[in-house]
Amino acid sequence: MKILADTGNDNAAQKTDTLFGADELVINMGPQHPSTHGVLRVKLKLDGERVVGSECVIGYLHRGVEKIAENRTYQQFAPYVDRMDYVSAVSNGLGYCEAVEKLLVVEAPPRARVIRTILTELQRIASHLLWLGTHALDIGALTPLFYCMREREEVLKMFEKYCGARLTTHAFRIGGLQYEAYDTMEKDVERFCKNFEGRIQQYSDLLTGNSIWIGRTRNVGLLNSADCIALGASGPVLRASGVAWDLRKAMPYAAYDQYKFEIPVGTRGDTYDRYMVRIDEMRQSRLICLQAIENIPAGPIMARVGKVLKPPVGEVYHAIEAPKGILGYYIVSDGSTQPYRVRIRPPSFVNLQALDKMIRGHLVTDVVAIIGTLDIVLGEVDR
Amino acid sequence: MANESKAPQSPESSQPDVSGSSPAPSAAGTSRSSAIKAAGPGPLQTALDNECSRRYRDRFGVGILDALEDRRQAILIIDSSQLLEIARYSRDDEKFHLLEDYTAVDWPRREKRFDLVAQLYSFTHNTRLRLKIPLGADEQPATLVPVWPAANWLEREIFDLFGIAFRGHPNLKRILLPDEWQGHPLRKDYDILQQDTAWVRENLSIESGQ
Repeated sequence: MKILADTGNDNAAQKTDTLFGADELVINMGPQHPSTHGVLRVKLKLDGERVVGSECVIGYLHRGVEKIAENRTYQQFAPYVDRMDYVSAVSNGLGYCEAVEKLLVVEAPPRARVIRTILTELQRIASHLLWLGTHALDIGALTPLFYCMREREEVLKMFEKYCGARLTTHAFRIGGLQYEAYDTMEKDVERFCKNFEGRIQQYSDLLTGNSIWIGRTRNVGLLNSADCIALGASGPVLRASGVAWDLRKAMPYAAYDQYKFEIPVGTRGDTYDRYMVRIDEMRQSRLICLQAIENIPAGPIMARVGKVLKPPVGEVYHAIEAPKGILGYYIVSDGSTQPYRVRIRPPSFVNLQALDKMIRGHLVTDVVAIIGTLDIVLGEVDR
Repeated sequence: MANESKAPQSPESSQPDVSGSSPAPSAAGTSRSSAIKAAGPGPLQTALDNECSRRYRDRFGVGILDALEDRRQAILIIDSSQLLEIARYSRDDEKFHLLEDYTAVDWPRREKRFDLVAQLYSFTHNTRLRLKIPLGADEQPATLVPVWPAANWLEREIFDLFGIAFRGHPNLKRILLPDEWQGHPLRKDYDILQQDTAWVRENLSIESGQ
């Protein structure tokens, strides 16, 4: 009620006039529902068309990734992390490789760190593009999907040229990179980035000032900064609520300390703000890529790590700013070739906790918009 | 530059010293952890004595069992009986407003079987702190949901995969596995190929799930 009272829109007025109260209806949304972006099931408690309570049912895609990790060597486990958030595999790989490097107390060479940064930022663009296309599609705007897929395809082609894979790339290795940058990589990235500014403008022209889009997203799914922090929500969800916090700035990793970029923030913490934050983040990622290709240092791409990795006994926690939020790896080593325990802190899982708070008081149609705006990937939620 | 590139990765082919602990499922459990059954300190772990750890020690005395630093990351090992007070103090006085992660580690050969591990982050100071809470096998720690609502699902996941029940949790039930599932897969005595075959047969109408 409070949320609606703040918005002052027409729906709020209807809510106060409603005659329903006793007749609550419980329906299932998902797990087979196109707008849940995978196999999320939400039990909705409805009063008319309005949500009065909800419960997420997850785990349909649980594969026991953390258990598998305990039974693989450090290198063998690296490809598995790509299968968690499968639309941003490169970011998953970066977090894992850097965590194991910290555990081994080695550092990737500067050249590897810069190439990692470029690929990870391209991945952020690709991830946000897929989010934008599908999110707009959920709300009813068909066109942006085709535009977004067009640009995402260019990014995936660059990944394919670099390592042979498009989605589950396994692009990085513990200690650096397996593959040297391909011959025309800098040119490809530059051409993509030069064109991309105009492309972002195209999406923006379709949606930013569009009154239907604004009507469907403004004041929908409000989440203020205090609630974000209490619920652990991170990434664009946190920034849209006005907290200018980004792990790339707060605790720089890879080569992020060398580049200038800004942290886009919102003010209200609604679905529209989260849309604007992600659009602006794509612009910033583009700027980071352009700065990075200007000066890729020469030198080796692999640190001196043995073929058999036996990290000293101990533990490490390392987190990166994945496209969806804080992606953390907590790894415990017992000195053998296999990790004793790998804990993956998935951004989607923790962000999804906020769903109940965000959809209460909204219409069922808004639930679709709010699930979309959280940008979850069930492969990562369920692991 | 090309020394490592294009070389096929063959981690298995060059591991003479793991023959005793092959990744076969039977060896996955407790046998390979003999070196650390008592969770002794690693070579990179040193005692931690900074202002933050001193404040905790002054305030909670024996509630802080140990303060360590491992690879320049601060770790406080705390007594489970004071978990809730220490959590409140961490949030309100030390400004660790974000519970970034909350998980557990199983040490079946240790006197206290589990470690709860909480990663805290402070926006104010841009620092992290790790709280480790050793737990006996049947011990029920207090829930952290009143302090950090983010703990809700994270504790449910620990309950699901490790079987640690949290006292006072508002909705303590399995989150990733089906409610009726038997066993807690991230315990070390749960084999990699093990599963609740009865549940699989009954609900999926297949044998063994393979």
